[in-house]
Amino acid sequence: MAVKTYIEAIREGMDEEMAHDPSVFLIGEDVGQRGGVFLASDGLYKKYGEDRVIDSPLAESCIVGVAIGAAVNGMRPIAEIQFADFIAPAMNQIIEEAARFCYRTAGDFNLPMVIRAPWGGGVHGALYHSQSIEATFGHIPGLKVVAPGTPADAKGLLKAAVRDPDPVLYLEHKRAYRLVKGEVPDGDGLVPIGKADVKREGKDLSLIAYGLMLTYCLEVAEKLAAEGVSAEVLDLRTIKPIDEAAIVATARKTGKVLVVHEDNRFAGIAAEVSAIIMETAFDALDAPVMRLTGPDVPAMPFNHVLEDAFMLNAEKILAKAKELAAY
Amino acid sequence: MASVKMPQLGESITEGTISKWLKQPGDQVKKYEGLVEVITDKVNAEVPAPLAGVLKEIKVKEGTTVTVGTEIAVIEESVGAAAPTPTLPRERGRVTEPVAQESAPSIAAPVPEEVKSGGSTESRTRLSPAVRALIEEHHITDAELGRIQGSGVGGRISKKDVEDFVGRRAQPVSANGEQRQAAAEAPAVAGAETRVPLTPMRRSIASNMLKSKQTIPHAWTVAEVDMTNVVRFRQQVKDSFKQREGIDLTFVPIIVKAVVEGLKAVPVLNASWSDDGVVLHKDINLGVAVSVDDGLIVPVVHQADRMSIAGLAKSIDDLARRARAAKLTIPDVQGATFTVNNPGTFGTILSYSIIAPPQAGILAMDAIVKRSVVLDGDAIAIRSMMNLCLSFDHRVLDGVSAARFLQGVRRWLEGFSEQVPLY
Amino acid sequence: MATKTQEVAAKGGQSRHRALGLTDDQALRIYEVMRLARAVDERMWLINRQGRAPFVISCQGQEGAQVGSAAALRPGYDWVAPYYRDAGVILWFGMTARDQMLSFFARREDPNSGGRQMPGHFGSKRLHIVTGGSPVATQLLHAAGVALASKQRKEDAVTATYFGEGGASQGDCHEAMNFASIHKLAVIFICENNGYAISVPQSHQMAIQNVADRAAGYGFPGVVVDGNDVLACYEATRKAVERARGGEGPTLIEAKTYRFTAHSSDDDDRRYRQAEEVAIWRQKDPIQRYAKYLRESGTLTDATEKEITERVDQQVDDATEYAEQAPDPTADELTKFVYKQEPRA
Repeated sequence: MAVKTYIEAIREGMDEEMAHDPSVFLIGEDVGQRGGVFLASDGLYKKYGEDRVIDSPLAESCIVGVAIGAAVNGMRPIAEIQFADFIAPAMNQIIEEAARFCYRTAGDFNLPMVIRAPWGGGVHGALYHSQSIEATFGHIPGLKVVAPGTPADAKGLLKAAVRDPDPVLYLEHKRAYRLVKGEVPDGDGLVPIGKADVKREGKDLSLIAYGLMLTYCLEVAEKLAAEGVSAEVLDLRTIKPIDEAAIVATARKTGKVLVVHEDNRFAGIAAEVSAIIMETAFDALDAPVMRLTGPDVPAMPFNHVLEDAFMLNAEKILAKAKELAAY
Repeated sequence: MASVKMPQLGESITEGTISKWLKQPGDQVKKYEGLVEVITDKVNAEVPAPLAGVLKEIKVKEGTTVTVGTEIAVIEESVGAAAPTPTLPRERGRVTEPVAQESAPSIAAPVPEEVKSGGSTESRTRLSPAVRALIEEHHITDAELGRIQGSGVGGRISKKDVEDFVGRRAQPVSANGEQRQAAAEAPAVAGAETRVPLTPMRRSIASNMLKSKQTIPHAWTVAEVDMTNVVRFRQQVKDSFKQREGIDLTFVPIIVKAVVEGLKAVPVLNASWSDDGVVLHKDINLGVAVSVDDGLIVPVVHQADRMSIAGLAKSIDDLARRARAAKLTIPDVQGATFTVNNPGTFGTILSYSIIAPPQAGILAMDAIVKRSVVLDGDAIAIRSMMNLCLSFDHRVLDGVSAARFLQGVRRWLEGFSEQVPLY
Repeated sequence: MATKTQEVAAKGGQSRHRALGLTDDQALRIYEVMRLARAVDERMWLINRQGRAPFVISCQGQEGAQVGSAAALRPGYDWVAPYYRDAGVILWFGMTARDQMLSFFARREDPNSGGRQMPGHFGSKRLHIVTGGSPVATQLLHAAGVALASKQRKEDAVTATYFGEGGASQGDCHEAMNFASIHKLAVIFICENNGYAISVPQSHQMAIQNVADRAAGYGFPGVVVDGNDVLACYEATRKAVERARGGEGPTLIEAKTYRFTAHSSDDDDRRYRQAEEVAIWRQKDPIQRYAKYLRESGTLTDATEKEITERVDQQVDDATEYAEQAPDPTADELTKFVYKQEPRA
């Protein structure tokens, strides 16, 4: 096992899949010659050539629509949207087309494609380089949505996504790229889509999170342990299809749950998790399910004071977790 | 920064032991809010904060004994009173956990603003689904539930509280009564009868009384005591006593003193039955029954044999006060080796009390009534007479010992004079 | 500037279709499929107006552009990404009258969608018909993607995508043409310009006369063709196919044609166009024009016509009966096929 950064793990995942399967190719803005604006595909152009690492025009609908067509005709495209904030022009292709190909043909067609998009805040990206989109797309039946939080999961989920016969929206947290490091197993290390992961066991309360918040929640769990509160940390990893069994299991185990995400509060994933727990684990609850989320404002502004006010961090999570512990 | 020192909790008290810190560093503290519980050889007391602010530092750990005047904590004074937050239940007169238990984490928990629950009793009785499931699973009775302290917001009984309780449940049940439980429902009226639901205290008393009568062969004997000297003496000193001590000098501490002397003379009454042998207790811990709203509670004057009448008076007064305010601690109600009961306040002249196991006896002091009696020399006089009714465990002792004990008590009381030291 | 094709006159015994490399049988086959497309469509309107099926969307009037162009492709090898009006295209590519009626009645056996989509939403992996939804012009990008895959695998398959002049206004149209041109993909963009996008006439859809003129903006040829001349459509498409297979990239073919019916059974075209206009175009009916040509060239006799008519009618009747009896999907099937692969438990 080697320690890698989150972005290295992603790059490796793409490289390995492209080496292993000639039908896999990458298409997106700046992914070729430049290696991606974050260098996520650095080196792939040189290794696989311009036919398999395609610099697309500045047209998101095109990127996704072409990927759909290629997937129809036997390929496994990885379409990159440069920032999740720019995915809107491709909404029609993603929601109306990609998500529905299989259902509308009663299984005749399926699209083994991946749409990668860097998301999340904390990089002074302001309103249009910081957004969370998992709830928007998680809502659409027919799409799979994943959001890894560790390098091992990033690689394992990307590979699983490429091999999956359905369209997968792969959300990679841009702040985690170089901030989050971890052990990545040798070999495929496939992580199943649809399976959450208990990253830390505990018994007094549960922290449910994904993406960058996972890292913060693990920090918080350490701090809580020092104060005698044993926190379990459940990493969702997959937003859709969400691992209901794991969510219910942790809720039953501790009776106290705090769901954490940087996305806006209203109709965010925490609302869904909360509803699942209410419906299935109500009798085991010792406290109402709590949510700690981003506020309902359009993404985080540029100025650091405002960005900090928007973003969650370990201190904010710790305070809320203590509130839950004391309930 | 303000320094909090070990207070003098009673005259002649020179030191105190920190029993339990009710606040942790970082907590907001209101003026007069309970800060720490202190045990002395006479009085267990809750020490209030002398000012409002934030508790900065605890100087003396729980279990440590320090002399009066020692700095025990530092409070950072807040300018303008701290915003009132609903206080955690520890300050509100619940039976607190025994000191030995205290390894449970105490988090400096800011109370969430979402908690809109009103009075703490309301929050106590609102049981979460997880708690209800545990109650069912472990067959926790209402009585037991009443004894669980809620560590959650607003006094809520949390899942952890119940789990901790279940873990400790192996301990012998305290035979000394229950704290008041405010959860009374409206009685169900059904035609010709009214059914009054059982409070936890009632349940507890019922179970204890039944157990006592089923296991202890009760015998009963009575001595008549001429209390005239005591009455006279008390009449003389009660005002100055009140002025000096701030509390009334009732007959109880005087009689308790007599009982203590009687127990010293006949130690088999300060004992417990066991199959291996009668256990004679070294200390005389006297349970003094106090009547409260829906029942009886018996706080304990520990090592009563070491106390003066005044000391007993203070101790009993304090215990009674706290009993009625539901502020007794676990040590307050544990460890009695003999019990005295005072039904006489209600005018009864003969009472048959039920022994509190594992004690060997219980003494009821009935009303002091003026009667005409025949004195030595066959003169008739009006004297203040009181019956002392002793119930005793006939396994442990026989009528002879019982009678000798009563004789000892009677003689002490009848021989009362100003010579008897109050202090 | 777009080029215009000319009607090739029969010269000295050599008929037009032979000059284009079509045998008589092939020419008749084209005719029969046009006839079938029309007949199925007319039957659908009948049933719809009887209240027995909720929705029809027609090909009537555009069979020339559809079958003519499709005939230049190789069914099962090449790909088509049609739009909802392209009954002629999909019938050429292997769908049957039964398939059409099963789709019309939304039966479980409907090969396009198992009854999940409205009629006109064609799709079959086996027949290389890319599934279409209702959003307009999304298929153009899909076609570009299909052609990209062919290129990556070094196959010479060609992808034809069909759309109306209204669809040409969509951003996806621009993006697809741009992309296909950059990478010289084997895509044929076939615009069936029938003058109306539901009720919106061309004058409100664009400022120019010919959609085909836009091709120059992307760097590939745009061709205007008489959409009601089936052989002209065939010829233009065949040239585009050759271009594409030669690696020279896309072509935009604009077939000027006309829609005889309202947009769909939910539309009332009397609200936005004159009956006289429709009547004039009816006289240019591509099926009648082609029949006339076939007769004049000696390819179509009365006997053959009768056979064809019988076959077509028989297929339509059989298809109608079959589809009417066919079972509906069951309610429990609602939740199937959201994913191709459900997550493992």
